[in-house]
Amino acid sequence: MENRPLEYDYTVAKWFMLTTVVLGIVGMLVGVILAWQMAFPAVNLMAGEGLAEYTNFSRLRPLHTDSVIFGFTLSGIWATWYYVGQRVLKVSMAESKFLMVLAKLHFFIYLLVVVAVVGSLLLGISTGKEYADFEWPIDIAVVVVWVIWGMSIFGLIGIRREKSLYISIWYYIATFLGIAMLYLFNNMEIPTYFASGGIGAWYHSVSMYSGTNDALVQWWYGHNAVAFGFTVPIVAMIYYFLPKESGQAVYSYKLSLLAFWGLMFVYLWAGGHHLIYSTVPDWMQTMGSVFSVVLILPSWGSAINMLLTMKGEWQQVASSPLIKFMILASTFYMFSTLEGPIQAIKSVNALAHFTDWIVGHVHDGVLGWVAFMIMAALFHMAPRVYKREIYSKSLMNTQFWIQTLGVVLYFTSMWIAGITQGMMWRAHDEFGNLAYSFIDTVTVLHPYYTIRAVGGTLYLVGMFLFAYNMYKTMTSSRRVEESELQNASPMGA
Amino acid sequence: MDIGTIQAYAYFFFVAFLVVVLYSYIYHLYSSQWKGKRDYEKYGNIALHDEITDQPIEKISKNDDLKVGGINE
Ligand code: HEM
Repeated sequence: MENRPLEYDYTVAKWFMLTTVVLGIVGMLVGVILAWQMAFPAVNLMAGEGLAEYTNFSRLRPLHTDSVIFGFTLSGIWATWYYVGQRVLKVSMAESKFLMVLAKLHFFIYLLVVVAVVGSLLLGISTGKEYADFEWPIDIAVVVVWVIWGMSIFGLIGIRREKSLYISIWYYIATFLGIAMLYLFNNMEIPTYFASGGIGAWYHSVSMYSGTNDALVQWWYGHNAVAFGFTVPIVAMIYYFLPKESGQAVYSYKLSLLAFWGLMFVYLWAGGHHLIYSTVPDWMQTMGSVFSVVLILPSWGSAINMLLTMKGEWQQVASSPLIKFMILASTFYMFSTLEGPIQAIKSVNALAHFTDWIVGHVHDGVLGWVAFMIMAALFHMAPRVYKREIYSKSLMNTQFWIQTLGVVLYFTSMWIAGITQGMMWRAHDEFGNLAYSFIDTVTVLHPYYTIRAVGGTLYLVGMFLFAYNMYKTMTSSRRVEESELQNASPMGA
Repeated sequence: MDIGTIQAYAYFFFVAFLVVVLYSYIYHLYSSQWKGKRDYEKYGNIALHDEITDQPIEKISKNDDLKVGGINE
C-alpha cells in the first residue's frame, strides 16, 4: 500500500463551514425582515393574510435569535473547532476512526436538530423562554449533540502530540462545560402530557421553576449564553487566527491565561443585571451590577492582548482585509464590553432597560465582534481546507466596508432610539402624569427603525458577498501550494 | 450580630481573599518565568508552528524524549 504522509482531516470542518454560511444568511435575512416589520408593520403581511401566522414579528423573532445563535454562531464554533483543535494539538482526525465517526454523527444529529427547531418555531411551538425556546424532545437531542462534541474534544486531547493545551483549547473547553451546565439547569422542565396523565400536546412542557426563581435562572442562563456562546468561543478563535494570519505570536501568553481565569470567574455572576428593579433580591441586583463593571478587566485583557499582538505590524491592517476583519472585531469587542457594564449600572439601567438601546448593544457585539470574527476565521480556513486561494480580495474589502457601515447605522440608530424612548417613557408633568403615551414614542422612533433596517440590509448584502466569495474559493479559485499557506492567506485580486 | 452584618463581613473577606488569589496567580506566572521553571511565552508558538510535520513545542511523551523549545519542569 502507498504510504501517504499524514494530513489534517477537514471533512467535518468543511461541513460546518457550509452550515455557518447558510444559517448565517437565513438568520440574518429573518433579522432584516423583523427590522423592516418594525419600521413598516405592513411587512407582517408580506405573504398575505392567510400566511400572516407564519410571517408575523412574534413568530419570526425567535427564529431569528435561535438561527443566528444556535445556527450561525454554533456552526462557526464547530467549524473552527474541527480545524483549530487538530492543528494546535498536532493530531489529525484521520488518526482515529472513532473520533471521525463521532464528528460525523455530531454533524448529522445537529442537522436534524436544526430542522426540528426551524419547523417547531415556525409552527409556534415554544417554551416561551428567550434562547431556551425549544421543547423537551429537542432539548434531549441538543444534549446528545453536546455530549458527542464533548467526547470529540476530550478524545482529540487524549491522543494529542502537543503537551500543552494552547489557550484557544482552554476557551473551547470552557464553552463546552459552560453551555452544558447552563443549558441543563435552565431547561429543567416537566412534560405536561406525561405529568398530567394525557392532557395537552405530548411535546409541551412547563419550566420546573416559577416566578422570580424562573427569571433568575433564565437570566443566569441568558447572560451566560452570551458569555459562553458569543464571547468565550470567539476569543478562542481570535487567539488562534489573528496570530496565525499575521505571523505574530500572541503578545503576552501570561496575560491570556490571566484573562481566561478572570473571565471564567466574573462572568457567571453578572446575569443579575438583566433583572435590575425587578423582584429578585436587591443584593443580587447589586452583585450583577458590580460584577458587570469588573468584567471590563478580563474582557479588555484579551482584546488589548490582540491589539498588542499587531505591534510593529500595523501595516498589515491596511494591506490585508482579513486582518481588518479581526482588528475591527476585537475593537468592537472592547466597545461592547464597555457599553454593557455601563448599561448595568443601576441608574443607567433605569433608563436603558426595555429600550432599543439594549438591542443596539446586542448587535454592535454580535455584528461587529461575533460575526466579523467568524467570517474572518472562515476566510482564513478556506484556502487551507480547499487548497485554493481566497477568490477575491477586492470583494472582501467591499464586504468589509459595506458591513461596517451597516453595523454603524444599526447601533447608532438604536442608541438614539433607545435613549429617546427611555426619556419619553419617564417624562412627566408637575403632577406626576406621564407626558407621553406609548404611541407617541413609536411615531418619534420611526425614522430610526428605518435606518436600522437599512443598516441590517447592508449587512445582509455583505453576507451574500461573503457567501459568493466562499463559493468561488471552494469551486474555481487558483490552486495553491502548501508553501503559500504559512501565514497570510493567499488571495486573488 | 444579625445575619446582614455577618453576610457583609463574609462578603468583604471573600472578596479580599479572591484578590489575594488573583495577585498570587499573577506572581506565580511571572516568577516561574524569572526562575526559569517554565517559559509561558513559548506556548504562543503553538499556533504558529502547527503543521502536523512541525515539532511540538513541548512533546507529550515520556522523559526519554528530547525536550523541544525550552525548559521543562
Ligand atoms: C443582518 C443582521 C441582523 C439584523 C437586521 C437583526 C435584526 C434584529 C431585530 C429587528 C431584532 C428584534 C429587536 C426587538 O425585538 O426590538 C433582533 C434581535 C436579536 N438579534 Fe438580531 N439582527 C441581525 C443579526 C444578528 C446576529 C448575527 C446575531 C447573533 C449572532 C443577532 C442576535 C440577536 C439577539 C440575541 C436578539 C435579541 C435581543 C434582545 O432580546 O434584546 N442578530 N435582531
